Amino acid sequence: MTKQVQQLDRVIIRFAGDSGDGMQLTGDRFTAETAEFGNDISTLPNFPAEIRAPAGTLPGVSSFQLHFADHDILTPGDAPNVLVAMNPAALKANLADLPRGADIIANTDEFTKRNLQKVGYADNPLEDGSLDEWRLHKVPLTSMTVQALEGSGLSKKDAERAKNMFALGLLSWLYHRPTEATIKFLEQKFAKKPDIAKANIAAFQAGWNFGETTESFSVSYEIKPAKLESGVYRNISGNVALAYGLIAASKQSGLPLFLGSYPITPASDILHELSKHKRFGVRTFQAEDEIAGVGAALGASFGGALGVTTTSGPGVALKAETVGLAVATELPLIIVDVQRAGPSTGMPTKTEQTDLLMAMFGRNGESPLPIVAPASPSDCFDAAIEAARLATKYRTPVMLLSDGYLANGSEPWRLPNVADLPDLRVEFATETNDESGFQPFKRDPETLARPWAVPGTEGLEHRIGGLEKSDGAGNISYDPANHDLMVRLRQAKIDGIAKDIPPLAVDDPTGDARVLVLGWGSTYGPIAAAVRRVRAAGGKVAQAHLRHLNPLPANTGEVLKAYDRVLLPEINLGQLSLLLRARFLVDIIGYNKVRGLPFKAEELAGVIQEVIDSE
Amino acid sequence: MSEFKALSLVPKAEAKQTLKDFKSDQEVRWCPGCGDYAILAAVQSFLPELGLRRENIVFVSGIGCSSRFPYYMNTYGFHSIHGRAPAIATGLAASRPDLSVWVVTGDGDALSIGGNHLIHALRRNVNLNILLFNNRIYGLTKGQYSPTSEIGKITKSTPMGSLDKPFNPISLAVGAEATFVARTIDSDRKHLQSVLREAAAHQGTSLVEIYQNCNIFNDNAFEPLKDPDTRGEVTVPLVHGQPIVFGAEGSKAVRRAPGGGVEVVPTASIAPEEILVHDARNPDPSLAFALSRLDEPAFEHVPIGIFRQIERPSYDSLMAAQLDEAVAAKGEGDLGELLMSGDTWRIG
Ligand code: SF4
Repeated sequence: MTKQVQQLDRVIIRFAGDSGDGMQLTGDRFTAETAEFGNDISTLPNFPAEIRAPAGTLPGVSSFQLHFADHDILTPGDAPNVLVAMNPAALKANLADLPRGADIIANTDEFTKRNLQKVGYADNPLEDGSLDEWRLHKVPLTSMTVQALEGSGLSKKDAERAKNMFALGLLSWLYHRPTEATIKFLEQKFAKKPDIAKANIAAFQAGWNFGETTESFSVSYEIKPAKLESGVYRNISGNVALAYGLIAASKQSGLPLFLGSYPITPASDILHELSKHKRFGVRTFQAEDEIAGVGAALGASFGGALGVTTTSGPGVALKAETVGLAVATELPLIIVDVQRAGPSTGMPTKTEQTDLLMAMFGRNGESPLPIVAPASPSDCFDAAIEAARLATKYRTPVMLLSDGYLANGSEPWRLPNVADLPDLRVEFATETNDESGFQPFKRDPETLARPWAVPGTEGLEHRIGGLEKSDGAGNISYDPANHDLMVRLRQAKIDGIAKDIPPLAVDDPTGDARVLVLGWGSTYGPIAAAVRRVRAAGGKVAQAHLRHLNPLPANTGEVLKAYDRVLLPEINLGQLSLLLRARFLVDIIGYNKVRGLPFKAEELAGVIQEVIDSE
Repeated sequence: MSEFKALSLVPKAEAKQTLKDFKSDQEVRWCPGCGDYAILAAVQSFLPELGLRRENIVFVSGIGCSSRFPYYMNTYGFHSIHGRAPAIATGLAASRPDLSVWVVTGDGDALSIGGNHLIHALRRNVNLNILLFNNRIYGLTKGQYSPTSEIGKITKSTPMGSLDKPFNPISLAVGAEATFVARTIDSDRKHLQSVLREAAAHQGTSLVEIYQNCNIFNDNAFEPLKDPDTRGEVTVPLVHGQPIVFGAEGSKAVRRAPGGGVEVVPTASIAPEEILVHDARNPDPSLAFALSRLDEPAFEHVPIGIFRQIERPSYDSLMAAQLDEAVAAKGEGDLGELLMSGDTWRIG
């Protein structure tokens, strides 16, 4: 049978199944095949908060969304074109996101009376006509997998477990993906269990062959490789990129990396990743609590290490006092906050941008610190290096605000050339800086940074602490004028960083837009995708994205005032809006949603268009 | 000069040091008569004995009267925040094996707000010396009862008497299976220094409880141990390898109690082989724990000395060994190689 081949410019697939169905692995493999093929990709896994929710139930559904295209893309996509539903729960949990007309590939074997009942389906949706508005492909994935593995010697249960590979094979055929790497991957993954490796490969191939022969798929699709900048690429998630950025910062600064951390979703993967890289001299310390994690990191910084602590919002709350100590002692420290939905425990696996004001102000006293926020998963690498640069150069704690969406999402990353990474070498104090003896708080006139004299340096023995200290000498001081001066000096040091960061860049191709859409952090992708849509429809809109939230780039006020309207979408109730309004007296229009999910490009495009139209 | 294994990586001073080398230029600001003065002087006059380079010694403290200590030492010092000194010192000691790191803390700092960090430092066994100044009161906040104050303590926050049972710091430390646990007293410099010597020599975390008199808010808290009329009958000196006897002419002895634990009996009433011989090196902490319970009821009998002193690899050395092992197995990390790890593809 010859089948029709149709050209598409982009596709969004969502694999959904039970936590035990191996959907993340399936998604990862499809991503790898797609990357190898040369499409641009963006992915977003979505797993249940429960480690093992009861099988077949709605809370147990795990999914993986993947957007790939023949051009560069910015988000994992708003709505899937294809849903692979491994069971009724997966269908029910995801159907609302699926536009009419999209393809549904349903594993009919799992649509049993019992499984339907578990999720509250009175009738089988595959049979009752309720899915008529979608293109439904009914595929008995489980039984065909078992059939394909007959004679393999595997038990029925073990054979069934390979059904995700059958699905992967089918999808790989449907989108013309290269398969060699997956076969090799399965051989390696199950190197110690050759039976299982063979079965998975057989299931994978059976899925492919099924696509070729079945009548339920009459069309297959081709998506041409994207024209991306030349270079070597790999797919990377935000958490791994952030970990690599910290290792790179350690190498570039010559400071050994010390991570003090306590496990917390969604930041733990940074701890896991760094723990693998002891060859780089990386010390990872799993502390007894969040406070000890940051305390140990600060102690290591005092000793001349690159001290880092990684956490999420609840952990930042606990660390606040120690971060204040780092502000007072003016020691370098990086606090990574992978933001998640709050308040309190909130929704640990869901994303939010609600810790900005805590990062700014969540300490006692006047305690300013720089805040850096990455814009995409791969940007976490550069943002970590930037945080380390500011921390070491200005001897200050730096807050690095990632979030759950960046942490777990992934995209292709054009690998930087190691030789091009910034030089972060630090000079420790080695000699006395004053006739009266060593003055630990005598500042560099340019940066206002104090000398970093580490234990082991002869003649520079000194004591620091959280008590107010005299300007220069650093002795305990309760002098009112001195305190006023020190408060202002610490503020001036952080404010002065504005001179050392790039100005806020505006993207306005026509140069005459009257509306500016501004963002920070992980909203970059959806905002940029929305801006493209608006422009493609003839709308004029300028876009700018803040990477440094404190201090703000020196030209921020100027940029904001140059537009009639400034729209600021945030996944909070307007935290950056509040700061910008207060600081620049600009009437920011906020667009705020806190659903634990990233914005959709289409939704933002509508909002931008509305603001343009209201002009 | 010390040849202690615990300090083998700490550079030694070339010249002979004196007490003066360790005095900072800061005016000492404890209340006149405070026990902290005696401890400071004892530490300052003991450190030259170690012969370590002054710049390789760090004192880390939390908050409280005792935590002012680092300001008065001409070494590196970090006066941190309430309760967190063990955590901060852990990061420092784990990343800098060439330093001799000392934590100075008090009963409120270590056992109340910082209790969690203390027990974890003890079980982890990082190369630290923790000096716990126990005055059984909050001094800096002006006299509230502390987690070591006796039940019924009348203070500003407990006008009708405190209700909660105090911690026995030694029992707590032994319960956390600390590798070195000792008790000494501010007024006995010789004993204090002998304990500091053993603590410094110990690889891993050493906890030294120092009874310290707060003459302003809790004066004479340790009087039974200081009063010449009573101290002989109350103090139970612990010496490794020696039978535990005390009192006038060794009239009292410690033996195993029938119901478990230990008890004090007239020496004459038991056979000599029944007298407990102190074994600080016993890996099983049970007996050390039983000894720590001897001062219950309070101050009837108070063991002084080293309760427990066992060998267990320190956390920092194990951590360093893992790094070395990783490098030995696969060579030093190469950043370019790391970035290229995993599936990569080339475009253009
Ligand atoms: S209040 Fe007590 S412990 Fe504090 S300095 Fe005065 S006497 Fe010493």
